[in-house]
Amino acid sequence: MSERVHLAVVGAGPAGLAGALAAASRGVRVTLVDAGDRAGGQFYRQPAPALNARRPQALHHQWRTWRRLADGLARHTEAGYLTHLTGHHVWCVQRESDSLAVHALLGPEQEEGVTVHADAVLLATGGYERVLPFPGWTLPGVVTAGGAQAMLKGGLVLPGRTVVVAGTGPLLLPVATGLAAAGARVAALVESASPAALLRRAPGLAAQPGKLAEGVWYAGLLARHRVPVLARHTVVAAHGTDRLTAVTVAALDRTGRIRPGTARRIPCDTLAVGHGMLPHTDLAETLGCALAGTAVRVDAEQRTDVPGVWAAGEATGVGGAALALAEGHIAGRSAAARMRGTVPDPPAWAAADRARTRHRAFSTALDTVYAPPAGWAERIPDDTVVCRCEEVTAGEVRTAARTLGATDLRSAKLLTRAGMGWCQGRMCAPAVAGLTGCPLTAARRPFARPVPLGVLAGLPDAPDGPKAPGAPEDRAADDSSPAQQ
Amino acid sequence: MNPLELTRARPGRPFTVTLDGRPVEALPGQTVAATLWAAGVPAWRTTRGTGRPRGVFCGIGVCFDCLVTVNGRANQRACLVPVHPGDAIRTQEGTGPAGGTVQGDE
Repeated sequence: MSERVHLAVVGAGPAGLAGALAAASRGVRVTLVDAGDRAGGQFYRQPAPALNARRPQALHHQWRTWRRLADGLARHTEAGYLTHLTGHHVWCVQRESDSLAVHALLGPEQEEGVTVHADAVLLATGGYERVLPFPGWTLPGVVTAGGAQAMLKGGLVLPGRTVVVAGTGPLLLPVATGLAAAGARVAALVESASPAALLRRAPGLAAQPGKLAEGVWYAGLLARHRVPVLARHTVVAAHGTDRLTAVTVAALDRTGRIRPGTARRIPCDTLAVGHGMLPHTDLAETLGCALAGTAVRVDAEQRTDVPGVWAAGEATGVGGAALALAEGHIAGRSAAARMRGTVPDPPAWAAADRARTRHRAFSTALDTVYAPPAGWAERIPDDTVVCRCEEVTAGEVRTAARTLGATDLRSAKLLTRAGMGWCQGRMCAPAVAGLTGCPLTAARRPFARPVPLGVLAGLPDAPDGPKAPGAPEDRAADDSSPAQQ
Repeated sequence: MNPLELTRARPGRPFTVTLDGRPVEALPGQTVAATLWAAGVPAWRTTRGTGRPRGVFCGIGVCFDCLVTVNGRANQRACLVPVHPGDAIRTQEGTGPAGGTVQGDE
């Protein structure tokens, strides 16, 4: 066993699990490094074992696929070919002379460091939700749609009694139906896209009978739970002093502008809101992997342009769990072949390749339907906080662009502090880009999460002296990361 | 219907933690954030600049809005940290726990 080549897979969601299983089945020793206490990632997030849920599938989709992944994980773990490290928050992957070093912090405290050395790495780091600001979005009771779902799936709790689910994107459907099934009153599902736009894309969608069936199934669930659906509507404002008490929604016209006179107030204690997803690319960027837009660029084998580094799933472009499974599988098979010095045989994974093509086409079609409504940025009032951490307002960000001449996110950050706080701009970057007209570019964070100085100081010096991540000559050292102060 | 019924959960015995000294019932396995949500508490931190209340936003450890002090350790992400019997959870003001002491109290 010890002569097996060693692949580290970062992330135990659909992409990481598929990759880990594909590689482990083909003679590779795999270490699956994941922040969660249980495998599954966000899509297959499992309830804590102590909650003893005997029917967790009531909150899930495609449970059979999950069972298959979980069984594979157990089987390879038992055989000794796969090690699943839970509670490992990876903050940096670094190339060393003859291996890759995966640096993690042990959770939940994240004060102690540990390093996994491997011959190659598969980055399956997933994504996080994009939320575009509106007045009141910082009030307690306003949560991301995915966050409400994560708390429900993992902790079996509801965010409140009366929920409005709003924004745009396919995620809103399972969030609304999941919350309703679990006993919340869903006062409205507010989707800015129009069903007509979805139908105009019918040729692209017709090739996806499974997805169409899923859509019909959700429509049935929404009807069963009596969830009012407000298509081509948007949340204009959230109201309350110390917590959410209501939202105002309004209808959008064909161009995505608000139709005058259509605003109405919906009382609620929770707003679950999201406008699509963004890829987690920090680890890839620090390794020097090229990006395509905001996602990690990969070839047909899911290889990045850095030798020994594969990537799959939402990190390489947001497209959902089915796409992530196909990409992860291909990445695992490619890695297994190449790490053993053989040439991969792509026809052997033709089925996964076809699935990948199909799901990518589908997500491209969805992207055009579920775009944020026109004028969303202009509608943010000057006094609305945009950067939640540093409490920077839309007006301050506009001034940075219009008066002070910021033409990129980094300049806007340096002028306003927007993006300099705890979250390192993950929450506000899309809004700052929209307000300033700057392109939404990857942020070049040398560390994927805050790292205690003691952990950095405890890293051994590499014998042939590759520079430490975030060393002075490295790029983009932010002044606010605790490790750099 | 509630989420525990829906998933036919049979959690272990509830235990008590405190929020600013007030007893709060918790279920084993839940995070601090889930415990506070279940207790109907939506916010447990105020911001550094304007002192505005915050609670969970992203729910997956990315946004750092849900920072909380647990057993004297400030700036823990409530959505990631599991609760344990007897945990002393404290609201935070600005950059640290309410009252200003970080280590060693409680």
